[in-house]
Amino acid sequence: MDWLYRFPHMDDSTLTALKKSIDEGFRAFTRAYGDAIESFFDPLQYFLIQSERFMTTTPWPIIIALIAAIAWFASRNWKIVASAVITLLLIGFFDMWTDTMKTVSMIFVCTVLSIAIGIPIGILMSRSDRFQSVVNPVLDVMQTMPSFVYLIPVVMLLGIGRVPGLIAVVIYAIPPIIRLTNLGIRLVDKDVLEAADAFGSSSWQRLKNVQMPLALPTIMAGINQTIMMALAMVVIASMIGVQGLGQPVLKAIANQYFTLGMFNGLAIVGIAIIFDRVSQAYGKRLQKHLETIHG
Amino acid sequence: MVEITPETGAETSARGTGITIKNLYKIFGRNPKAYIDAVMDGMTKTELNAKHGHVLGLRDINIDMPAGCIQVVMGLSGSGKSTLIRHINRLIDPTAGEVLVDDTDVVKMNEAELRQFRRHKTAMVFQKFALLPHRTVLENTVYGLEIQGVPRAKQLEAARRWIVRVGLDGFEDNYPNQLSGGMQQRVGLARALTNDAPILLMDEAFSALDPLIRMDMQSVLLDLQKEIKKTVVFITHDLDEALRLGDRIAILRDGEIVQQGTGQDIVLKPADDYISSFVKEVNRGRVIMVDTIMTPGLRNGGTGLPSVATGTILEHAARIMTEEHVSEIHVHDGKGKPVGHIDMRSVISAMVTPITHDAKQAAE
Repeated sequence: MDWLYRFPHMDDSTLTALKKSIDEGFRAFTRAYGDAIESFFDPLQYFLIQSERFMTTTPWPIIIALIAAIAWFASRNWKIVASAVITLLLIGFFDMWTDTMKTVSMIFVCTVLSIAIGIPIGILMSRSDRFQSVVNPVLDVMQTMPSFVYLIPVVMLLGIGRVPGLIAVVIYAIPPIIRLTNLGIRLVDKDVLEAADAFGSSSWQRLKNVQMPLALPTIMAGINQTIMMALAMVVIASMIGVQGLGQPVLKAIANQYFTLGMFNGLAIVGIAIIFDRVSQAYGKRLQKHLETIHG
Repeated sequence: MVEITPETGAETSARGTGITIKNLYKIFGRNPKAYIDAVMDGMTKTELNAKHGHVLGLRDINIDMPAGCIQVVMGLSGSGKSTLIRHINRLIDPTAGEVLVDDTDVVKMNEAELRQFRRHKTAMVFQKFALLPHRTVLENTVYGLEIQGVPRAKQLEAARRWIVRVGLDGFEDNYPNQLSGGMQQRVGLARALTNDAPILLMDEAFSALDPLIRMDMQSVLLDLQKEIKKTVVFITHDLDEALRLGDRIAILRDGEIVQQGTGQDIVLKPADDYISSFVKEVNRGRVIMVDTIMTPGLRNGGTGLPSVATGTILEHAARIMTEEHVSEIHVHDGKGKPVGHIDMRSVISAMVTPITHDAKQAAE
């Protein structure tokens, strides 16, 4: 009756051999193609470095003015602009300016990359039920797999640095934008689509004139979620060499520096709130045509 | 109420684009082709649904819609009327049959041809308006031309003209949600007219509007039609609307045409009990024309009586008689030549529902 109390499992030597052969296979793959893959990501590396250089070498008053201007154009709301400026001033006053700029630069690149990859995938998903049924489980894995686990193959392939960090963050943060693009397009009113067809729209015209504009508020919600998840991932990504606010947090954990951890944590919260309010206000402004409903 | 000013309009040339629908069948379900022969051999709608789980949408539809006329297709919900109109621009593919427009079969067009056909030959107005909510009235109105790739200046010129014509002057920069239902449908109409296609498809276009606005929109359409002379296919569930608008009416029931003809044909000679039950509530004085009930020839010594043209409805003739304090009136043809006469008694007896019909109803 032993098998009732102990789960009958694969015998230990086979299991070890299995793990070993997969590991060795992957290691061989990294040795053979690692350099090629690394050079494939060179443009990303360049983009990351340029963006980080811009954020850290530009004088701080210009950066603050720039962020305030973006906040104003997106939200048209003085309260949001004022709180963004105050948050940034506080961050600078507590000597976290450079780290914060590195993080903002990282988040910016991650978001751009997620949008550039996520929206086309979302559009394809909305057009084909079969593609949707393939992509959905992949997204489920990406969202539920503990993020430390997929750091391993990324680091094996690309080593430690900005690019592997970027890839890890994008994998973690991209699912909401893909899902919400797909959902937004699928929820577009069938009557309006039929009208577009009746006037002889090609499928590109349908996408450009009807589906994307009507799905845009939903897509904006996806972008907002993506930014928030990217920020949450920044601390974990600092473990593989991403610079910014994550590294002091990591140092604080290792050495039990409560205040250091708290300050940097709050700085992350601060920029998260700025990003969130600004992108939400922009999303709401996109829906302005829906506001005045005729009674 | 909106006045339509004729001098702002442009297109007046009647273009000869008639529509002929031949032996059209539509079966909804997983494998419609498998049952088409059985349906053609006379399998009923109920039998098809019960035995094979397929729904018969349309059976053997034959309609000839002459160019420049308003063809009304009337039927209650589920009669297949919306399915039928969608076959004309092939938003729905038929299971069998032909839809001939300018001698070209729409059913046989490939995707590119169909797109060109929809862009240049047809325009559609929808029951639920189906406007683009993120675009202003003006931007909605240019939609058809934008899709065709017409230069922007021309798009705006045509759109502005039609916006004025449907009575939306001054609302160009409003969003659809800021307008009432009646005004939204004016946008729908302006959008369709700006497309300048010879065929105008109107799918229960006025059904979602309240009665006064609906009457108003019917007048707008009739006034416009005098001048644009498009081939209009108008779907409705309302017989009064059908009689008011339709040069010709086809009545659809359970996917089959039960009767087609002019409004007068249908009111005077309903094909079956189903149609007579509709017709009995109709204001006959507005449908029957003087020539139908007049006595040919002039009445002896009846000179000096007022005269109406053939094609005048009874209500109008009765009003003239009342105003002129006479009990008889002459009827003249298009050239002014007298062709017959008619008296008040025959007008009234034609206007009231025939007694035999009521008696028949009471007996049932």
